[in-house]
Formats: sequence, structure tokens, C-alpha cells
Amino acid sequence: MMIPGVDGFMYPNEVELQWSVLIVLYPYITGLVAGAFILASLERVFKVEAVRPTYRLALLTALAFLLVAPLPLQLHLGHPERSIEMYLTPHRSSAMAMFGFVYLWYLTVVLLVEIWLEFRPDIVRMAQTAKGWTRLVYKVLTLGSMNVSPAARAIDEKVGYFVTVVGVPSAFLLHGYVGFIFGSVKANPWWSSPLMPVVFLFSAMVSGIAAVLVLYVAAMKVRKTPVDMRCVDTIAKYLFYMFMIDFSLEMLDLVHRIYESDESFRSLDFMVHTRLWFSQVILQICLGTLLPLALLAITQLWRVAEGKRRLMYVVASCLTLVGIFAMRWNVVIGGQLFSKSFLGYTSYKMGFATREGLLPAIALMLLPFLIFWVLVKLLPPWLKRETA
Amino acid sequence: MMTRRDLFRIGGKMLVLASVGATLEEITGAAPASEAYKMADHWWGMLIDIDKCIGCGNCVRACSKENNVPNGYFRTWVERYEVPEEGQPKVESPDGAMNGFPLPAPANVKSFFVPKLCNHCADSPCVQVCPVGATFLSPDGVVLVDQTYCLGCRYCVQACPYGCRFLNPETNTADKCTLCYHRITQGLTTACCENCPTGARQLVDFKNPKDPIHEFLRHNKVQVLKPYMATEPKVKYHDLDGAVR
Amino acid sequence: MRRFLQDWAHLLLPAGVLIAGLGVFLVIRAAVVPKSFGEYGHYRGAALEMIRQKPVSYAGQDMCVMCHDDQAKVKAAGKHATVHCEACHGPLAKHAEDPAANVPKLPDVAVLCKRCHEQDPAKPSWFPQVVTAEHSGGMKCTECHQPHSPHIATEADAGSGRGK
Repeated sequence: MMIPGVDGFMYPNEVELQWSVLIVLYPYITGLVAGAFILASLERVFKVEAVRPTYRLALLTALAFLLVAPLPLQLHLGHPERSIEMYLTPHRSSAMAMFGFVYLWYLTVVLLVEIWLEFRPDIVRMAQTAKGWTRLVYKVLTLGSMNVSPAARAIDEKVGYFVTVVGVPSAFLLHGYVGFIFGSVKANPWWSSPLMPVVFLFSAMVSGIAAVLVLYVAAMKVRKTPVDMRCVDTIAKYLFYMFMIDFSLEMLDLVHRIYESDESFRSLDFMVHTRLWFSQVILQICLGTLLPLALLAITQLWRVAEGKRRLMYVVASCLTLVGIFAMRWNVVIGGQLFSKSFLGYTSYKMGFATREGLLPAIALMLLPFLIFWVLVKLLPPWLKRETA
Repeated sequence: MMTRRDLFRIGGKMLVLASVGATLEEITGAAPASEAYKMADHWWGMLIDIDKCIGCGNCVRACSKENNVPNGYFRTWVERYEVPEEGQPKVESPDGAMNGFPLPAPANVKSFFVPKLCNHCADSPCVQVCPVGATFLSPDGVVLVDQTYCLGCRYCVQACPYGCRFLNPETNTADKCTLCYHRITQGLTTACCENCPTGARQLVDFKNPKDPIHEFLRHNKVQVLKPYMATEPKVKYHDLDGAVR
Repeated sequence: MRRFLQDWAHLLLPAGVLIAGLGVFLVIRAAVVPKSFGEYGHYRGAALEMIRQKPVSYAGQDMCVMCHDDQAKVKAAGKHATVHCEACHGPLAKHAEDPAANVPKLPDVAVLCKRCHEQDPAKPSWFPQVVTAEHSGGMKCTECHQPHSPHIATEADAGSGRGK
């Protein structure tokens, strides 16, 4: 009569988890996109000159992850071939229905346009100098115009600025909206919270900024080029501020839940102390939030030598990335471990080489890096000192 | 005797053929159900009387047979609550009560059975969240899934406060109680109601002025599950204990 | 002016591609969306008919009574009046369709009666229930009780009510 993995009482249909590790990847990856784009727009819209060296890198990072973002969803669907229905007959009252449109808008109107405008001079130059089939690739990418005259570039600059201005709220929308998908489920007290979109948004920025920082330092290492410390310092500063806001919001949510102690509290509290103890308390809060915040705080408060500082940034960023992943995990998986009767708990059994198992999850997490590598080869984001 | 038997047998086949249906109408004095059925005239729901449920599991088995529900998933199930004076209730539903409850509850604690099924909410969160319109509230008040249109995203499963939905592993689409739509639209009751030996489950048509539900509601106190969810369930419970979630 | 247009020209193609994409989408949408979509609401209206087409397994009490009215009369007068035929005999729509080809099996009494009448404090107190092992001493329920009208009217039931 005992069901393996179940304590107490679950409604019989609740025993099996519906949203797997792939649905953990989805907000994680879109979060990285939104965060990287917002970092890029710092330079463009908010005129933070110091982060200029990462502008193009951040755009390519955002694109690499954005291209992968819908794949975990697609793989998770019971009928992937029907996903087109989201575009054909989107249900206006569904928080999920808009994803396709927000995604396409963001991909085509914002990110691709901005990247194309930014890289146009490079594309045109390559189309003239490259040889063989690569020349053809660049020829296609010019979209039929070799005009990079100062007047044309001035127009590009204006349009690019406009696209970025549109892009910032779009990035907010893309990820705030992902938070709303969870935050609007009134049946699930672990998710249902008006703070959810805001928490998702700030954690997205935190993860995106951390990812670009790590990628930038790593790329400089590979290219044996000195890291621009002014740039990294500025990014780390923003990371610290965003993280503080993110952490405050999450703590606000926690305090609110504890103080209100509604009917779900006893059940959720027990879950955090048992099944989520490692991923929530140890991984997300201690290792993934408090430790990187402490490292970043030290660099903000005291003078630390350059080499050490860089190392602290990288370590803090890596921990942040792990912490935000744990946060997504705890939201998505944690929200399904307890019964909506508040009388029991189930457990998540992750497959390995199954459609929604660990293996495809790892593959999907590596894919953006592969795409990123291709993009960097195709459109080198490095600033030429002589031309810049 | 034989003629009546035969007549009825033919009558079943006549339902499909409209022209022959007219003949049937003349003979039996009733229009064939599937022809006469007007969605606008009905608003379906169910009345569950806790004080009549004996936990036999007949409804669960009948539902499974009528609707080919895959093993381990439930369109309806029965829970047994043991509610102590203080502390948390203990709830069981072994295999959804497919074989009833093999072991009796302890005698020193208040205990009772609670049959569950889709509440066919008038303001249903599962319908609200479906991204493509694959699940919907029919004009006659039944929440249904279009198996040929569902993506299998399972947002509806997450959104249901009552745990009534699942992903059918055979169709890879969301699945749930249809209130035996194929039966009630031709004048039959649901498989669970048909097979409930004590009448603990009653199919209800709120739009039918002759339905006994109106008389019942005038004289009895009823409750719905999780009323604070404001989903307006059309499955009403009589004698429901406050401990039931 | 001409010079100005020339410098904008390179943006026309991407803009054109986006607009053309939107156009193609709208055309595909108009062609692919099921005809009955939106007939009653945001769903495929034809789905209702599709769901109604599912065959039934349980014929329903009224159908059984059409032919077996003799047993039905006995049952209606007894303690099992609320129990419909198929609740014990199983799904018999096929039998109703073709009685000769689909002859139902009699239910296994040893399993059947216990499901309802085995003692459980969770059952409502008005419901007749016994600890079967003690009650019958291994005898089949049908040795004493007639399933269509199980009440045994003897002087014994005036005392204990066990014979209900």
C-alpha cells in the first residue's frame, strides 16, 4: 500500500512530477538571455562606458542562449509537433500562450536586428576579404547592402539605440513573464506570489551578468589578452547591487510566508527542512547567495589586489550561476514535491538517458556554449584597439 | 418479451440514422437522445453525499472500465479520512480505492470516505491556463480535453487545485473526468453514478427544473472543495468535514 | 534626399523579411486553424461531437429493465433497490446490443459482497456491515441471502439485525 518515494498522502495523480529538469532549464536559460541583454544595454542606453568591452560579447551570449531556450520546452511536450498551435490559436487568458510571441519578438525584432546592426561593418568587411564558402556566408549576412558609409552607420546607430530602448522592456517582459507563469498558479502556494515575476527578473539579471563576466574573463584567458579591470570592476559592482536586490526580495518573500503562516506553511516549512534542505538552504542560500555576496562585498568595501580581485569575481560569479540554477530547481521541482492536500510529499526521480532525463538536460546546457563558440568564430566580438 | 428486446437493440443502432430515428420516436414516444440534446438546456454537475459513501470503490472501477483509464491514473478516486480531535488527519487512497479499502479504519477516530473527481468548475483554472484552447468548459458546463489538440504541456495539471488531471501516457495528452459526456448527452447517467450502490453520487443538471437537486439544496447544507480557490465547483458535497482538502 | 534614401536602403530588406514573415504567418494561420475553432468558445467545436462519439460500456439500469423486468421488480422491492444491475454484474452494453453473443458471467460472490458489506468504522453507521469471517463461517453469502432481495425475514432479525 505504500508508494515508494511518497510520505503521507498525495492525491493519486500527484505522485508523478509533471515538470522535469527540462522545465528547470527553461527559466534558467531565458534568465541568462535577459540578464546578458540588460548588461549589454547598460552600455548602449545607460551610457556605462566601462562595460564597452563586453557589449558585443553579451549580445552574442544572449543570442546563443536564446536559440536554445525553447528546446527544453519542445522536448518536454507530450506532442512537440503541435507546438505551432501556440501561434495559431493562442489562448489569451493563458500565461503560457504568450511565450511564443514574446520569444519571437525578442529574437527577431530585438536581438537579431541589434546584432546585425552592430556587426554590419565587420560583416561587410569579411564579405569583401574572406575567401571560399565563408565569403558566401558573409555575403548572405550583409542582406544585400555593402553600404557602411558614415551616414549609413549614423542611421544604424540611431535605429540600434531605438531597438535597445525597446529591447530593455522586452527583456524584462521575457523573464518577468516567465516568473508570471509560475506566480499566477493560485493552486500552488509555493509558486503563487506577486513577487515571483520580480524575483525571476532580478535573479535573471544576476545570472546573466555573472555569465557574461565569466565568459569574458575566460575568453580573455583563451586569447591571452589582458582583462580590462575597469570593465570587470563595473560589472562586478552591478552584479553586487542586483544580487542585493534579488536577495532582499527573496528574503521578503520568505519573511512574509513565515509571518503569515497560512494553511500551506506547515507543509512547505517541512519540505524546506527535509527534501529541499540541500538544494534550497545549502546550495541556493548559503553557497549560491551568501558566499558570493560576501565575496563581492569584500571587493566593494576593501582594496583587494587586482589578481585576487579577479579571482574573487570569477569564483563569486560561478557560485552565483550555481545558486541561481538551484533557485530555479527549487521553484520548479520544489513546487511539485508537496501535495496540494498539504498532507504529504513525493520525490522527483530523474531519468538519465530518457527524453526528459539528465543526459538531454546536460546536452541542452552545453549547446549554448557550442553556439556561442560558432557565433564568436563567425562574428568576432573583440574590439580592435586601432579601429575602436 | 423478445420483440421488446429486439426493438430496443435495433433502436440503439437507429440513433445513428436520422430517418430511422423518426420511426423510433413514433414507437417509443421519445426523440433519440443524441438528436434531441440541446447543450443550452443543461448545466451539469454532481452531488456527493458523504453520509452515503461506503468506500466500495465501485465508482473507480466503473470509471476505469467505461473510459479506459490507464493503470495508476485516476479520473475519479476515493479517499478515506481519519480525523483525530487534534492534529493532522490521516488520509489514504490505496490505488485510488480501485479495490476499495482492504483494511478497516481504527474504531476510535472519526473516519469517513470522500469520493473525488473533476469538479467541473464554472471558473476553472485549468481552462484559464491552457495555452491553445485544448481544454475548455462546454456550453453545458463540462470541462473537457480535446485529445487531438492538446500539446501535453501539463500547465493545466499544475493549475488544478484538486489533483484531478494527469498526463495520459498512452495519448501523451492531458486527461481527466469528462463527466461521461458521451453518456450524459444521450440520457444516461455517468458510469460512477450508475455503479454507486448507495446513491452517494448523483448526476445533477442544474438547468433542469425537475432535477431533485433543487429540492435537495433547499433543505440541506452543502459545501464544495477548497471554496477559497473561487473556482466555483459544480460538484457539491453534502456532509463534508472541514478537514477535507 | 536621394542620398538619404540610399543610406536607409540597407534596412529595407530586413524590414521586408520581417513583414513578409508576418504575412506568411497570417496566411498559414488562416489556412491551418480548424474550421470549427471558436464555434462555441476558444476551442475546437467539433471536439464536443468527437467526445460524444465514444462508445458506452455500461448500458444503464433502464436498458436492463427493458428486458429483465421480473428481476428488476424483485430488486426494487428489496434492500438492494438503489443498487443498479451493472454495479454487480459489470459493464453490459455489449450484451444489451446483442444478448445472444455476449452472455454475462455471474459475479464472484465471495469478492463482491465483501466490497460493500465488510465492516469498516469509516462506513456510515446506517449501512449494514459485518465482519465476514465471523458472520458466515466460510459459507457463501448466497447460501442464505438472495442477492436481488437480500433481507431474510425471520424472527432472528428482529433481535440483532444481522440478517439485513
